[in-house]
Amino acid sequence: MPEESKKKILKPLKNFPLEEHIASGHRACQGCAEVLAVRHVLKAIGPEMVLAMATGCMEIISSPYPLTSWNVPWIHVAFENAAAVGSGVEAGLKALRRKGRVPDKEVTVVAMGGDGGTSDIGFQALSGMFERGHKMIYVCVDNEAYMNTGIQRSSSTPFGASTTTSPAGKMSPSGQNTSKKDMPGIAAAHNIPYVATACPSYYSDLMKKVAKAKEADGPAYLHILSVCPTGWRIPPEKAIEYGQLAVDTGIFPLYEVDHGVWKMSRKPKQLKPVADYLKGQGRYRHLDETLIAVIQKGVDEKWERLLKMTEMTGPATSEQPAQEE
Amino acid sequence: MGKKVGIEVSIAAAEAVGLCDVDVVAAYPITPQTHIVEHLSELVANGRLDAEFVPVESEHSAMSVCCGSAAAGARTFTSTAAQGLALMAEIVYIAASMRLPILMLVANRALSAPLSIWNDHSDAMMVRDSGWIQIFCENGQDVYDHIFHAYRVGEDPRVSLPVMVNMDGFILTHVIEPVEFWTKEMVGSYLPRFRPLNTLHPDKVVTMGAFGMPEIYAEQKMAHDQALKNSMPVLLEGWDELAKLTGRKYEPVELYRTEGAETLLLAMGSLCETASLAVDQMREAGRKVGLVKLRLWRPFPLAEVRKALSGAKDLVVLDRSISVGAANAPVTSEISAAMYHEPQRPRIHCMIAGIGGRDVTPEDITNMVDLSLKGTEQECHIYGVRG
Repeated sequence: MPEESKKKILKPLKNFPLEEHIASGHRACQGCAEVLAVRHVLKAIGPEMVLAMATGCMEIISSPYPLTSWNVPWIHVAFENAAAVGSGVEAGLKALRRKGRVPDKEVTVVAMGGDGGTSDIGFQALSGMFERGHKMIYVCVDNEAYMNTGIQRSSSTPFGASTTTSPAGKMSPSGQNTSKKDMPGIAAAHNIPYVATACPSYYSDLMKKVAKAKEADGPAYLHILSVCPTGWRIPPEKAIEYGQLAVDTGIFPLYEVDHGVWKMSRKPKQLKPVADYLKGQGRYRHLDETLIAVIQKGVDEKWERLLKMTEMTGPATSEQPAQEE
Repeated sequence: MGKKVGIEVSIAAAEAVGLCDVDVVAAYPITPQTHIVEHLSELVANGRLDAEFVPVESEHSAMSVCCGSAAAGARTFTSTAAQGLALMAEIVYIAASMRLPILMLVANRALSAPLSIWNDHSDAMMVRDSGWIQIFCENGQDVYDHIFHAYRVGEDPRVSLPVMVNMDGFILTHVIEPVEFWTKEMVGSYLPRFRPLNTLHPDKVVTMGAFGMPEIYAEQKMAHDQALKNSMPVLLEGWDELAKLTGRKYEPVELYRTEGAETLLLAMGSLCETASLAVDQMREAGRKVGLVKLRLWRPFPLAEVRKALSGAKDLVVLDRSISVGAANAPVTSEISAAMYHEPQRPRIHCMIAGIGGRDVTPEDITNMVDLSLKGTEQECHIYGVRG
């Protein structure tokens, strides 16, 4: 993105839904991009939905009994089972609708969890939901660690991030020494109709993808990078900027897999160096040039692989994907 | 009145679930529960039951699907045993605390290790504090009738709780018994449609499963405890109506030849039938022995238990599970606590019997009575154990 465009005041999108489905006054940290992602997901789906949520940040900030932030039907059961609870809601509503016991209208069932609730403890339930073909959307809001319990590493924590259970130290110079689990790739391997990555820093792309997921003829998976100023140790006002940098450096590429066809959503002519993204994040403060080079190499390889996937699976995509404001 | 057929109890139970017109069945296969869910999936596949059969990837997801389904207002069924119940235990507690009426048929089986597919009650005892209504069945007819009873009571807005119907693995699940079927009309007159107070639907927005701060947690738990205890009149009402319909009268605590008994046996589940044979034999031999059958385990029928037991000199509790390291086995502990403050109470003897599928014959039960009467109070024996 050109430097000057950062300074532009963004105009709201045409037809941007003004209705709020998660009320303000929730207890999210300052600068939480995760709750912003949730807000945009709900706006794109609209009120005709049921949301099943895993235990985690979004659950705990929104539902201290007897208060609630939710203006849509919402259920929380446990940590690892949002996909299964959502499956039950979908199956229940389907049977009741067929039998004429609920109004005959489309209700979008959404299950949502954090990266721990999705890629670790909820992994099996999620795979089951995909495989059984429930017509619903699963949204992973990925802030790259167990932030709710105090910044412990998950399998979605990237290589090189220092967390409270993967701290950088003399014997562990990188902090997290494993690479981020490829959840979108795993979701796509289930051959479900729609998989996409998104980031609220690119909210119109995010909302378009939610709308596509809503129309999918089976399970859809959205993996949303959700910048966490508290856990990433960045100033709250930088959350949107770091989301943009994650996309523009290619460490978190935006793409979709629509019925097996891989397509880049943003393909900058030149990726920014990943060091631009790592700089200023407390979780990466310990990294030296060698480790940054390791991360850069990983980003480059993944980017190349993604491009190959788009070439292998899709029509010739020489055209630049539409750039948003 | 429906017709009486000889049928495997698992199949009869599945037929009863089908007659209830359930909306969602979510289950994962585990011995000895399999015949129940196999038959249900057949009913769905053949179009005899209009339901969503959700073949989940684990029991944990089975109970989670059930929570979502019941919260959406759908009549919901699952069935499991032993390790399956252990795996779903986390959600078993949540289903009850969220007041979601679900019917779960537990084909009681021993918990690992060592791995055992055979019967005992350790699985049900593991979740005894979860806040479900828990009923133990003596025979096939009993299981069949309680499918209807469980839905009627659990879904009643005065109750709104999940119900666990326990049937002994293999001893009941895999035997062919005479079962008198219900007609559709009988079910229609006995079991109203499920109309929960709140459901997950955009037409009426609700939040379910909010978290409890310390200022509210204890009150929530008290409300759950009261709700479970307050289900008693609805359970009794359900059994009264069932008696009018079928002529079969079930009660929380049932008595067999207890008149003038100095020694009482207390049992649960299919062991009651074996124990009744032993009582017959002992009565024929002139011994004053009777049997108390504990059908309702939760809510615990405190008044009924006290009334049934206070007159006896000795009570032999046949416990089909072990609480490792505890003073007593689970049922004995509960009964002891119930009787402690009674001015007149029997000496209570704990006999752990039939765990992990070990056979218990009427002769064994007579032996247990003899052993108990020779022994002193507060001894806990594992009957017939070697070494």
